[in-house]
Amino acid sequence: MVCSGALLGEIAVGVPSRLVPIDIDIAKVARLARLGLSEEELAAYGSQLESILEHAARVQALPTEGVEPTAHPLPMVNAHRSDEIEPTLDRDEVLAQAPDHVDGFFKVPAFLEDE
Amino acid sequence: MTWEVVIGIETHVELRTESKMFCGCPVGFGAEPNTAVCPVCLGLPGALPVPNEKAIEWTMRLGLALDCDVTQQSLFHRKNYFYADMPKNYQISQFDFPLCVGGHLDVTTSDGDRRIGITRVHLEEDTGKSTHLGEGGRIGSSGGALVDFNRAGIPLMEVVSEPDIRTPEEARVYAQELRAVVLALGVSDARLEEGSMRFDANISLRSEGATELGVKVEVKNMNSLRSLQRALSHEIERQTKILDEGGAIAQETRHWDEEAGRTEAGRSKEEASDYRYFSEPDLVPLVVTDEVVAGLRSELPELPAQTGARFEAAGVDSIAARVLVGGSLGSLFDEAVVAGAAAPEVAKWLTGEVTAHLNREGADPPALSLDGAALAELIAMVEAGDLSSTAAKQVLEGVLTGEGQPRQVAEARDLIQIRDEEALAEAVAAVVAAHPEEMGRIADGDGKLIGFLVGQVMKATGGKADPRRVSELIRESS
Repeated sequence: MVCSGALLGEIAVGVPSRLVPIDIDIAKVARLARLGLSEEELAAYGSQLESILEHAARVQALPTEGVEPTAHPLPMVNAHRSDEIEPTLDRDEVLAQAPDHVDGFFKVPAFLEDE
Repeated sequence: MTWEVVIGIETHVELRTESKMFCGCPVGFGAEPNTAVCPVCLGLPGALPVPNEKAIEWTMRLGLALDCDVTQQSLFHRKNYFYADMPKNYQISQFDFPLCVGGHLDVTTSDGDRRIGITRVHLEEDTGKSTHLGEGGRIGSSGGALVDFNRAGIPLMEVVSEPDIRTPEEARVYAQELRAVVLALGVSDARLEEGSMRFDANISLRSEGATELGVKVEVKNMNSLRSLQRALSHEIERQTKILDEGGAIAQETRHWDEEAGRTEAGRSKEEASDYRYFSEPDLVPLVVTDEVVAGLRSELPELPAQTGARFEAAGVDSIAARVLVGGSLGSLFDEAVVAGAAAPEVAKWLTGEVTAHLNREGADPPALSLDGAALAELIAMVEAGDLSSTAAKQVLEGVLTGEGQPRQVAEARDLIQIRDEEALAEAVAAVVAAHPEEMGRIADGDGKLIGFLVGQVMKATGGKADPRRVSELIRESS
């Protein structure tokens, strides 16, 4: 989709600046992304994300009846490969990239099953 | 209060394609760890996935075999979570546009026939395999974990049933029937013990007649059909007790402990899973035309239910027919019948001695050194009177342990019955002459002694006489 500034401007006309109250639990978002953010950072990113969500809410408010949902920006489907084996990487080279390895396995800190 | 049991099953099936789902790494079991890996399945930056068309085709085949509709346009999504066995920190899966939706699988249990709904069949990638180290072998203990990414990216189908299952037996039969369908399609080796087919069950109880579902518990870690049934029976008992005492069921995941014979709660999560699914930007949509679907449908092989019905029509009883199909003995059955043996007789051997042998050895039918022609030969030898039924079992054992074809084994083990009437008459005459008193009592009507004398003749002939014929000869002599 091409969005020129003019077009966006047109869309924005008549759309209230806040359609729905934007409720974002920024601490949870950070937790899910495994990011350790300070209080200041949480506040800063929180307001930035809010304005992104506000924009999404405006787009969402547009009349889209009869418009096919776009699954992918490229006008392309079925990009497959045939079931053929290709060369693999050398194990020593692969394991050398890891912080720790044992007997051909990657070694990682303990983690919980079925998270 | 009477509780109604509601069970739904999620089944994961690894596809036995040559290469992985989104890269060209080989698919196999038992390779050295981390030897079947590349930038795509290791999640290295910049690597791009390309779907394996055979895996897509095979998933549609299973969907069609389960009477699902194939979705005209389906999508891959990213399922985001942090876990050491997923190097990308997301698994490529399908979400709201799966490949196949809305089918069913018919099952027969001791309660009769039931139709189990299939919600969806979708395609995703398997994760790597982790081995947890640590004190006591407890999952999640502090010793760290070893990860092998050979399995990461193997095409994985997920079959989700409707919550239509009502008993643990029905759950086992559903799983068994689904496995038979997968094997008939030839898309997976479906080995439970190796994890190429895995079952998770959702189970809840509700008061009889209620329409709302109760709180569900997910039960995992059942690696045999038997443990699936046992785990669910245990879970019903556990939940019934809690509810009868007025308690509430916690929504949680529980692990089946085969040795202890009970399910155990996993460590509780701080917050519910939030996978933040979004459509995979690296992959374009899958579009399937009606022509492709019609082509796949016309190429479906005979399915287990049809095979079973055909066996029954050939004179095999319904239980034996189910054992033949469920145990993948169908092609051996067909071969033996084509080689001239009577269907009920073939079924008797396959569901009896041959199945017992497979269970003892933990082997699969393709590994058998017995083919249909050999089984037909064995049956013909029994019918011709060359082998007693006891000797025939010994011959089969010899064939199954690789000693050769039935006649070879029978000769090598010296088990062919004496069919020479003269030799037999001589052996009988000798025994009769040695037991005048017993013969007198038989003449007076003591029929029980015939068995004793038959035993003496069998002993004298090294077990090679036909006991029925010997019995006749003794009667004639008295």
